[in-house]
Amino acid sequence: MAAIRPRISVKYAGNATVVSFTDEKILEEKDINELQESLMSVIESSSSKISLILDFGNVRFLSSAVLGLLIRVSKRIYEQEGQLRLCNINPRIYEIFKITRLTKTFDIYTDVESAAEGVSHAE
Amino acid sequence: MASEASINCSIVVESKSSAVVDVCKQILSKLEEYNFDKDDIFAVHLTLEEAFLNAVKHGNKMDPTKKVKIDYTVDSEKVEISITDEGSGFEPDAVVDPRFGAGLYEPGGRGLLLMNSYMDTVKYNEQGNSVFMVRYKEKPHLMEDESPPTISPQADSCQPNQ
Repeated sequence: MAAIRPRISVKYAGNATVVSFTDEKILEEKDINELQESLMSVIESSSSKISLILDFGNVRFLSSAVLGLLIRVSKRIYEQEGQLRLCNINPRIYEIFKITRLTKTFDIYTDVESAAEGVSHAE
Repeated sequence: MASEASINCSIVVESKSSAVVDVCKQILSKLEEYNFDKDDIFAVHLTLEEAFLNAVKHGNKMDPTKKVKIDYTVDSEKVEISITDEGSGFEPDAVVDPRFGAGLYEPGGRGLLLMNSYMDTVKYNEQGNSVFMVRYKEKPHLMEDESPPTISPQADSCQPNQ
């Protein structure tokens, strides 16, 4: 029987939808495609403008392909006039965001609680 | 602690993205043997992922009949890695910097930037189908010019140097 590995878990914090990545390493193309499908599905299933928080607390390693995934996800959210916030990013991975200057593109918070503060009400 | 002064390896693998897993396993285990720290291992791991995927996707154009060759040397001071594909090569200077302008919002194009950031030396051969990279345990004050090593014709070999 094929192993089923959930790539994300979803919960709610105030007005925000919080998606946590469950894998420590996000590398393989297949995994990244699965992640993208899951995230897009969460965005599409929202009945209103989504306020999405991506929790990187479990993630210890990722490649530039994941950064591409985040860009695609952010474009979809902004098209729908939603909000995207990232949080709980390990220092080594934060360094990747700094090097690529994606710290200028994404709103990055220390933890889920601070990311959830001031999130817009869904309309 | 590693018993040899250095180890040289040459491996040839199928040109598919999943092949990088075993390549990483092999090289990173050597770094652990030679007491590279976690930051070094993270940096080399990331670089291997990026360089190998570039070779498979952009070099060999996902052609499963092609191969990727990896040569590496590890010693107590540094790791040197060459990754060579069978493609026609590319011009590194022509790659747009993804940190500025529209590049910041493009999904791709960050692999070379990360390789350049995490390795102390990154050089390409004239054809542009082989990248030679070095990471030092301790950063040298003055980077000396280093020429890419001659690629050994023998595949899948590892030789410790006493």
